[in-house]
Amino acid sequence: MNFMLFLPEFLITGAAFGVLGIDLFLSRERKAYLPWLSLAGLAAVFVVSLSYLWGKDTNLYDGLFLIDNFSLFFKAFFLVLGALVVLVSVDYVKQHLSHPGEYYGILMFSILGMMLMAASGELLTAYISLELLSFSLYVLVSYGRNNPKSNEAGIKYILLGAFASALLLFGISQVFGMLGTTRFDEIAAALSHEPSPMNPALLVGLALIVAGLGFKVAAVPFHMWAPDVYEGAPTPITAYLAVGSKAAAFALILRLFSQAFMPAFDDWQIILVVLAALTMTVGNLVALAQHNIKRMLAYSSVGHVGYLLMGVAALSPVASDGVILHLAGYGVTNLAAFLCVIIFYNATNREDIADFAGLADRSPYLAMALTVSLFSLAGLPFFAGFITKFYLFTAAAEGGLLWLVGLAIVNSVISLYYYLMVIKQMYMEPAVEDGPVKVTLLSGGVLGLLVLGIIVLGIYPGPLVDAIQGATGAILWWGGA
Amino acid sequence: MDGLDSNVLFALVAIPFAWGIALAFFPPGSRQAMRLLSAAVSLALLALSAYVFLGYDKDAAGYQFTQEFQWLDSLGIALSMGVDGISVPMVFLTGIVTFTGVLISWNISADMPRRMKDFFVLFFLLVAGVYGVFVSLDLFFLFFFYELAVLPMYLLIGVWGSSSDFGAFLRPKEYGAMKLMLYLVAGSVLVWVAILAVYVEGGMGTFSLLALEEATFSEAFQRVFFPMFMVGFGVLAGLWPFHTWSPDGHVAAPTAVSMLHAGVLMKLGAYGIIRLGMDLLPQGMEEWALVLIILGIINVVYGAVAAMGQRDLKYVVGYSSVSHMGYVLVGFATLNSMGMGGAVLQMFSHGIMTALFFALVGAIYDRAHVRDIGILEGLTKRMGLTSAFFAVAGLTSLGLPGLSGFVAELMVFIGAFRDYPIIGALGIIGAAITAVYILRLLGKVFFGPISPQWQHLTDATRLEGFSMAILVVFLVGVGLYPRPWMDLINSGVAPLLERVVGL
Repeated sequence: MNFMLFLPEFLITGAAFGVLGIDLFLSRERKAYLPWLSLAGLAAVFVVSLSYLWGKDTNLYDGLFLIDNFSLFFKAFFLVLGALVVLVSVDYVKQHLSHPGEYYGILMFSILGMMLMAASGELLTAYISLELLSFSLYVLVSYGRNNPKSNEAGIKYILLGAFASALLLFGISQVFGMLGTTRFDEIAAALSHEPSPMNPALLVGLALIVAGLGFKVAAVPFHMWAPDVYEGAPTPITAYLAVGSKAAAFALILRLFSQAFMPAFDDWQIILVVLAALTMTVGNLVALAQHNIKRMLAYSSVGHVGYLLMGVAALSPVASDGVILHLAGYGVTNLAAFLCVIIFYNATNREDIADFAGLADRSPYLAMALTVSLFSLAGLPFFAGFITKFYLFTAAAEGGLLWLVGLAIVNSVISLYYYLMVIKQMYMEPAVEDGPVKVTLLSGGVLGLLVLGIIVLGIYPGPLVDAIQGATGAILWWGGA
Repeated sequence: MDGLDSNVLFALVAIPFAWGIALAFFPPGSRQAMRLLSAAVSLALLALSAYVFLGYDKDAAGYQFTQEFQWLDSLGIALSMGVDGISVPMVFLTGIVTFTGVLISWNISADMPRRMKDFFVLFFLLVAGVYGVFVSLDLFFLFFFYELAVLPMYLLIGVWGSSSDFGAFLRPKEYGAMKLMLYLVAGSVLVWVAILAVYVEGGMGTFSLLALEEATFSEAFQRVFFPMFMVGFGVLAGLWPFHTWSPDGHVAAPTAVSMLHAGVLMKLGAYGIIRLGMDLLPQGMEEWALVLIILGIINVVYGAVAAMGQRDLKYVVGYSSVSHMGYVLVGFATLNSMGMGGAVLQMFSHGIMTALFFALVGAIYDRAHVRDIGILEGLTKRMGLTSAFFAVAGLTSLGLPGLSGFVAELMVFIGAFRDYPIIGALGIIGAAITAVYILRLLGKVFFGPISPQWQHLTDATRLEGFSMAILVVFLVGVGLYPRPWMDLINSGVAPLLERVVGL
């Protein structure tokens, strides 16, 4: 076995321990080097992954760990995302949190967890990777230890997360009990010999797995933790939760459903359709009533999970492309939106929607960036959100779910309303405080980059779509079958 | 001129778009530079639009000035552009209204000088979207630009608009902005679903309009999805009973935005109905024509009656737009070349006329700070030019021979009388009601004794007068010599009708 194939994972583990270790020897003033050190580590892993694993299609441990374009794509995705989260965190951590060493170290462990999730070819490996991610996030969510809300969020997240893990594990054991295997390709082989409709015990296992993963992506009715956790967690971690852990869970879901459960498509499609319809509708409707911008973004992200689940429910090569493309577009956009919230919070210690009143007069460019992000989230052109949504919805319509697409589009209109309420505050209400909001060079630069990303992706998505097609090509085995 | 011919449409979209982005990086204090350059850019757009209008070969007909860029192969999306006899007048209209709109906005945002930049950024994005819809030959991009044209509206109205005081209650501009936005986006829901349905049902993996024209859609499919286009785009065209955003939104909007929105954007809706609805789903059009013509005539009569009851000058114009868009819808639904040709000409004529109306109302409101017909009296004494222009716009509106509205409406009436005499009669009644409220308005507000409180008013500035004069020239020009317009329009309408009636 060629352990060199594990190089990126080894390296990021080393980098994480490196950051933790070096932290011990740094004086308080020098701790500002830590994020840059983490960034260097992530960049190194990024370069190594792309240069060393490019085009390789193999596996380790007898199919437990897969090295293909799909896992490579998500490795790159998570590393870029991780780097952005580190950049977004710098000012916030300096101002509001203590112990930066552990913060960045644990962040890197969670990235490792995500990378493993996208690469696992077997249920238990997937489960353990998911737990690595979850445990890192439990710590990070409660990192604001002097902030009661953060502590509350941490407890809530741990309890419900553990519950979800139990469901997932129970589902896995049920599937193993019925089919005698946990490897994706063997499950698919076994399922194709199963009669249809499916054996109820197997269906229960499948439903429990869906429920467990549903918790992780905050699908309705398993979304109850999301708003509280999003509100309480340090905002960079909220952004990370909203983008990273969701993307990782969807990477796993895509691989699991296309490589393992595809032969039983007719049995589980309806579960996902119902889940998608509920998730998008509830998420967007409840978002209407929010006053805290982080809670609003939390519910809006629940709504987006609904669209993504719709893509999974219409699973096909185009639909998988659509899901990943939307994940990417939504990721960039959401990071930009949260970064605006972070910048604003760093300067004012406020995060209610009403506090954004008059921002267009105080800081026109910040207001413009937030407007661009919100319009992109609402799916208006010429921003990333439009094309990614259009792609995803087209794919779902092609998959025969035109009515669900109709519901999704109606939901987009609902979402536009609450995004507009923020924009209204910024542009039409008089400012409560005077003077510009202080934007550091770093935050401003990253924000500019993200906004540029939103626009570039919105008008020229071709290259990204090509990369995504390369990635999904690796998991969609039924193309030839 | 080959290079220009094949790039002119792209330039029409790219220039306002790029200019909008570039403006975002101007220092907010440089008002003079921004408006001078904006005027120059819009003049360039007008010149390019005129070039398209004059350069279009009517004898060859079909789509011209075509251009195509590959964009997203996996979904079959290409940035494909071209214009035919229906879109060319619309492109020209957009050029005219954009240029005059920029001139009218010379002193926009006077109370918030640092915000003028934002206004022009959004204004030019809107213009890019409008041009984009008229020149796109790809369903994805048509929808893309359609949404792009809706996007800036909320801020344009909410920030720079004006609220209406009804005495008993206040209708804030935010209300108009939100109402307009939600109505239009709700309409685009139907459009989006219908476009996806066409894409899937077409089964060719492409959004290209030209390719999808060749696809055969079953009659049942057309029957179900045509109304989606009809209502979805109809919302933007002010189709009754989905018109209520139009008066509220247009009244709340700042002058240039009302001009562009009522003048051009409502035409996007009508254009969408024929370009996507009629062209792709001709059988659907045939089956739903009766419904469309009935809704259209309700627009005409109801809009006129509602306009008669308004006290706010801008609401009169807002409802008259609803009424006049009704003629366009009726004209489409007649399904004969007379009615359709009249409808397209009416789109052009109404665009110019309503832009002029809103420019005039804006000029009056800027000076008098009220729009109440009950208070405004005898303005001719102090605002002679404004009054004269208002008279021209009003007479166009009621269909006086020699002005563009007459030609267009007459053609629609003749077209309607062929198959639907009752509709034709009702249409003429609508025109008569229009005459009542316009003449009453002219008599009361402009001609008559002036009340002392308006003695201080000043006439339109040279710049305002100039831009209004441009609009008047087109109203009179088309009215006296409609031939070039009609030849152009008929070259676009004929093949379309062949698809519907020739089946």
